[in-house]
Amino acid sequence: MKYLLMCCTEEKKLTALSKSESDALMDETSAYCGALRKSGHLIVAEPLEPVQMAMTVRVRNGKVSVTDGPFAETKEQIGGFFLINARDLNEAIQVASRFPSARIGSIEVRPVRELQGSHRAAAAS
Amino acid sequence: MKYMLLIYGDEQALSENERQDCYAESTQLAQQLHSNGQYLAANPLQPTAMATSVRVRDGKRLVTDGPFAETREQLGGYFLVDAKNLDEAIAIAARIPTARKGTVEVRPVVEIPGLPTG
Amino acid sequence: MSEDVTKQVREVVDAVYRSESRHVLATLIRLLGDFNAAEEALHDAFTVAVEQWSRDGVPANPRAWLVSTGRFKAIDGMRRRARFDASLTELAQQLESSTSEAKEWDDESVEDDRLRLIFTCCHPALSPEVQVAMTLREVCGLTTEEIARAFLTTPPTVAQRIVRAKRKIRDARIPYEVPSEKDLPDRLDAVLRVVYLVFNEGYSASSGGSLTRHDLSAEAIRLGRLLIELLPEPEALGLLALMLLHDSRRSARTSPTGELVLLEDQDRSLWNRDQITKGVSLVERSLSSRRVGPYTLQAAIAAVHAEAPIAAATDWSQIVGLYELLFQADPSPVVELNRAVAVAMRDGPLAGLTLIDAILARSDLENYHLAHAARADLCRRLGRTAEARASYERALGLTKQEPERRFLERRLSALPDKTC
Repeated sequence: MKYLLMCCTEEKKLTALSKSESDALMDETSAYCGALRKSGHLIVAEPLEPVQMAMTVRVRNGKVSVTDGPFAETKEQIGGFFLINARDLNEAIQVASRFPSARIGSIEVRPVRELQGSHRAAAAS
Repeated sequence: MKYMLLIYGDEQALSENERQDCYAESTQLAQQLHSNGQYLAANPLQPTAMATSVRVRDGKRLVTDGPFAETREQLGGYFLVDAKNLDEAIAIAARIPTARKGTVEVRPVVEIPGLPTG
Repeated sequence: MSEDVTKQVREVVDAVYRSESRHVLATLIRLLGDFNAAEEALHDAFTVAVEQWSRDGVPANPRAWLVSTGRFKAIDGMRRRARFDASLTELAQQLESSTSEAKEWDDESVEDDRLRLIFTCCHPALSPEVQVAMTLREVCGLTTEEIARAFLTTPPTVAQRIVRAKRKIRDARIPYEVPSEKDLPDRLDAVLRVVYLVFNEGYSASSGGSLTRHDLSAEAIRLGRLLIELLPEPEALGLLALMLLHDSRRSARTSPTGELVLLEDQDRSLWNRDQITKGVSLVERSLSSRRVGPYTLQAAIAAVHAEAPIAAATDWSQIVGLYELLFQADPSPVVELNRAVAVAMRDGPLAGLTLIDAILARSDLENYHLAHAARADLCRRLGRTAEARASYERALGLTKQEPERRFLERRLSALPDKTC
């Protein structure tokens, strides 16, 4: 079963880190990703640029409106994604708890909706 | 350049039929993006009631029910796309069916060498 | 068949339902992999039992018979529905071949199933109120209405919590298993927390029909017993001991008119000696494991009180020592407050007051009514009436429980007149 792990941290906590601290964090995450890839757990890993880089897109009555900034102001911001394969929620929680982000912020574990029949084609491609 | 399109909408707003229609339209979009070489990954998510939050503090794992933040609209899925620039990413975002009712957040992805790709 | 026989069989079935239905359900959930399917199968199995046992007599092993019949009924139902949904054919076949072995429901695996059920209902990915509702519904077999009544909420609210929990168990795939040894301490904590919450909800009943609320404590004690039978971990023993020792004072802690009676003023002849004996021996068993946790320490404190024939004979030195250990295991301000009260009993009110004032000065208990009530009591004993009055008034402003309010008001009016 697939789970999406969303790393949610207060960005200001991350920017407060020194260069060496943030490098160490990155290195640990990369090494862990490598191990998860080998074990067959990791499907996709995508760290995101901070929310200042976010744009919000809405379409109303056929008109596209683009605004600067994230869709909502939250205390913690999504800083990256990991799509993983896990046997069940316990394994997903275990995998999540070993990401360094879990120590700084939180990781939301959300099961992916498995699409049926015809919808599956694109996801598989 | 890679962009993450985060799809937010009121998860209570759609009926099951509307949701299926939305998935069908999204799948079509994914297929078009795929033939243009812009598609990397996409997934709809189970509702936030299915979310579990994990934190580790002082070496202790804390598991709680629910998403990391309560918001008026909830993250319902994502598209990961390869676009020339932000304008192209925005154009793709505008074609996601939920953009008509909810919100799509466009966020560039940090390119780190060595990470596995989908 | 005579009406008498039918009536007799119905009584037997009812008795079997009371003693076996939760075991059968726990196993059916494992075999069928779904809570709703298992509940339906359980219901079907008992319906068949009423018919068949009247005709053929009660089987030698009713539990195994019920599991096997429930499973068969579930597979049968799937086959019938498979005419409309082809994917069920495969599922029914899988189920039939994977679960046909009789050892699937021998006694030992059935005990494991009950433990699986408890851990699943108390999974931390479910919110605490949902864990409580699921445990009472699925493990204890209480109805939605009973749970609603006990928690002063409405049946639809409880039903909704249960529906949500089952959906999350299914869609987020919470596994039906006993946690690994590594995860066990944390997961057991969650289970114990649920049991203790249920107990306290029944024990510190401040509103609602006291009868139903009492049942809740009894249910928690039953759960505690089940838990130590299945998993005799020190803290599980400690929790059961703690509940028994608290419960032993039930009839002494309120007056006939429903007023709160303080521990020191209780009629100790009303304490339930059987529960005390059992509780004390459980505490000793847990202490001997040398892996002592907060529940065991709290139980040990309750045991010291229980063993004092009169309040004045309480071994306060031992209680202070136990609070110190408890504070190390669970460094909360509430524990610190209780320790200060014990120090006051051992060394006099002034020593206790100094500690309480230090705690209040840090202000983490500023809005905790019991901190002010404790302070008021020490001031009263020191003859500092004005201060006592102010602290009682502060406590009164903070308490939400009616019997406690009345207790504080009595204390307040018992203070000497405004001569300080």
